[in-house]
Amino acid sequence: MKSAVVVFPASNCDRDAAVALEQVTGNKPHMVWHADSEIPDVDLIVLPGGFAYGDYLRSGAMAALSNAMRDVIEKAQKGVTVLGICNGFQVLCESRLLPGALMRNAGLKFTCRGVGLEVTETQSVFTRKYDSGQRVTFPVANGEGNYTADDDTLDRLEGEGRVVFRYAEGENPNGSARNIAGILNEKRNVLGLMPHPERVCDPLLGGTDGRALFESLLEGLG
Amino acid sequence: MKARVFVTLKNGVLDPQGKAIGHALNGLGFSSVGDVRQGKVIDIDLHESDAGKARAALNEMCQKLLANTVIEKYEIELKA
Repeated sequence: MKSAVVVFPASNCDRDAAVALEQVTGNKPHMVWHADSEIPDVDLIVLPGGFAYGDYLRSGAMAALSNAMRDVIEKAQKGVTVLGICNGFQVLCESRLLPGALMRNAGLKFTCRGVGLEVTETQSVFTRKYDSGQRVTFPVANGEGNYTADDDTLDRLEGEGRVVFRYAEGENPNGSARNIAGILNEKRNVLGLMPHPERVCDPLLGGTDGRALFESLLEGLG
Repeated sequence: MKARVFVTLKNGVLDPQGKAIGHALNGLGFSSVGDVRQGKVIDIDLHESDAGKARAALNEMCQKLLANTVIEKYEIELKA
């Protein structure tokens, strides 16, 4: 499986993503600078966590207009698999590859801790190695992770099995609507999630619950 | 021509920052303060003398970048 990680100014989880990808797939990902207008021919594109462009205007708003994102959008529309983690999820919403928006946390605080999640959908290239309903713990690290969309959109996401991760009962760290932590696009080749699976792929980092996500991708994308 | 764009959260979208500001104002003794909503003001110098064209361009700017219309609404004010 060939992969690429897009690096924006002030991305800060790009190397975490690269380490996780290399550990699980055995291949080093291409690191693509935001100003490059072409992403190499890969099976998976990762938009990492961080604060791209200093979160100016709105988180992800500037990054969504970068050269690299223009190609990501085109490739995603052609079916290339795209994973957006934390800031990457914000970029995906701002670029309209995913519906809804991520707002300031309901508690106004930047929240950085492990949270319990439920894997609510395993019919996806991102989660096929998890058990349906499996409880996992991923760290969250965000100030603007409060997922919002209108009720029709939320109903559709739920009805079409596109809510892949939910915060477990009582664990919602940011006020996200219907405890949504991660969603798929309609074609199911784009996933955005606020928690960080790449930070729990090595026992040294306190957990390995995120590994199955990358193993799923390896199995699904070859 | 100068333009001022106001970007605010749509009605019904929870505004935790506005709420916190409201609480703080109440705490300062401004007991008359009820609901508070906060937003952004963006001032733009435009090399354009036709108000219609300026408004059309600003509208497009808001749609494409200045506002996230999933959660925000905007108002445009033009000054000659």
